[in-house]
Amino acid sequence: MLLAIDSSAGTAAAVVDGARGILAERAVADTLRHAEVVGELITAVLREAGVGVADLDAVAIGVGPGPFTGLRVGMAAGRAFALAAARPALGVVSHDAVAAAAYEADPSGELLVVTDARRRELYWSRYRGLDAAGLPIRDEGPALARPADVPARERRIDATAVPAGMLGLVAERVLAAGRAPAPVVPLYLRSPDVTLSAPKRVS
Amino acid sequence: MTGPLVLGIETSCDETGVGIVRGRELLANVIASSMEEHARYGGVVPEVAARAHLEAIEPALQRALDEAGVRLADLDALAVTAGPGLAGALMVGIGAAKGLAAATGLPLYGVNHLIGHVGADLLRPPGEEPAPPLDEATVALLVSGGHTSLLLVRDLLDDVELLGETIDDAAGEAFDKVARLLGLPYPGGPEIDRAAKDGDPAAIRFPRGLTQPRDLERHRYDFSFSGLKTAVARWVEKADDEGRTLPVADVAASFREAVADVLIGKAVAACTDRGVPRLLLGGGVVANARVRRLAEERCAAAGVALRIPPLSLCTDNGAMIAAVGAGLVAAGRAPSGPAFGADSTLPVTEVLVP
Ligand SMILES: [Zn+2]
Repeated sequence: MLLAIDSSAGTAAAVVDGARGILAERAVADTLRHAEVVGELITAVLREAGVGVADLDAVAIGVGPGPFTGLRVGMAAGRAFALAAARPALGVVSHDAVAAAAYEADPSGELLVVTDARRRELYWSRYRGLDAAGLPIRDEGPALARPADVPARERRIDATAVPAGMLGLVAERVLAAGRAPAPVVPLYLRSPDVTLSAPKRVS
Repeated sequence: MTGPLVLGIETSCDETGVGIVRGRELLANVIASSMEEHARYGGVVPEVAARAHLEAIEPALQRALDEAGVRLADLDALAVTAGPGLAGALMVGIGAAKGLAAATGLPLYGVNHLIGHVGADLLRPPGEEPAPPLDEATVALLVSGGHTSLLLVRDLLDDVELLGETIDDAAGEAFDKVARLLGLPYPGGPEIDRAAKDGDPAAIRFPRGLTQPRDLERHRYDFSFSGLKTAVARWVEKADDEGRTLPVADVAASFREAVADVLIGKAVAACTDRGVPRLLLGGGVVANARVRRLAEERCAAAGVALRIPPLSLCTDNGAMIAAVGAGLVAAGRAPSGPAFGADSTLPVTEVLVP
């Protein structure tokens, strides 16, 4: 059983179980209130699922890509929760959760997942389908591009939310397949872009 | 000595701080600084600071628990800086604090960073003589790269008044900028201090911001360092244009003297005006030898008792946040509500966010 947290778009939390599926899932779409809502979302899904901290095996954390300020809130909360619960933290590429949810509805073919990167840019990942473990096969990405440079695909999902329940199930499938989860390191895909300005003359 | 066992998290600027206190006893004070990463930019870059916080927070939590020899289950409460500070940086600490609170069920207090700087002086390590209580009105001068504030603290938890603050740059920022003008590395405070050692503080009379009679009417306890910074820049440019070798030691000493003079002058004036013969210094600039010395001299002359917390508690740290949290717990205050967020301009009158 896992707690899953993602704040790469809005803020989302879920409790999932490999055998029983999604036990509780909640999300707040607001992209400016991650710090405000993250704690309540976690407590709410645990309560709703009737699950105690000791019942959890690990914490699945969406590592983005996503706008940095919000992304960090969920990651900090997830890592601190995992530390306090003495459970491992498992990274999941947030786009993988969107792809897995899409393949749940229609499991065939190529798929492009696109999310907002702000500053008129997009994050994108290209998938080929699901593998035997039920995990989306990511062929390219996540990457950052201007809208015109994002590859064209017939099936494209412009996601404004990342489902924490599916993110947790992806982590469960990774574990069940005996694979290594993604490192819990944020996918910023952009340098902090600070420009060094030389001191200007004042006189 | 006994009291509530509280873990405090501080991420308002470039230090990731986690501290653990038992009442007024300091059990752990772990600080991971991203200062070196900002050095090439000559000042704190908010995005760089926020990234560093996320990397540092979990190891800092673990180290603090190890150092204090306590488990999270032993704690009575958690405290975190809710503001003022850099929003994106604050949010990392708040996210971590809420994650800890959700996993442990511990009450969480979102507290004011500036009040933390004052509360820092209540802490002492176990075995040391306890610090005197802050039970009488005290003027507090808090100066760092991020803030320059003069407070009147009548009661740490209930009655803090903002007397004045900087209307432009923080004093620490002025040190950084002038250091750059003089070709000295970042952070500027210790570099200027070093360079000023053999300089003449009276060599150049740099302006003292907001000390003219007409300024004092409106800005008696406010500070301004941007004019001083420009004056130093002009002086350096002129020397350069005239092909003179820059007397770095004299410029550094004269600049430092102007800053120290205004800071301590206004702080001691506040003590005298308000009939509060107690001054407390806090913030990283306290590390500056001249600021400390001048405070000692002027306080002695004015009959003002001076309090300076140990240096490791002056710069931003989590222990000072834990100290405020412990005070709130001991006073029976309810924790912050679950929905508080980062408030980059949290007023000093708000010790605890609702
Ligand atoms: Zn500070």
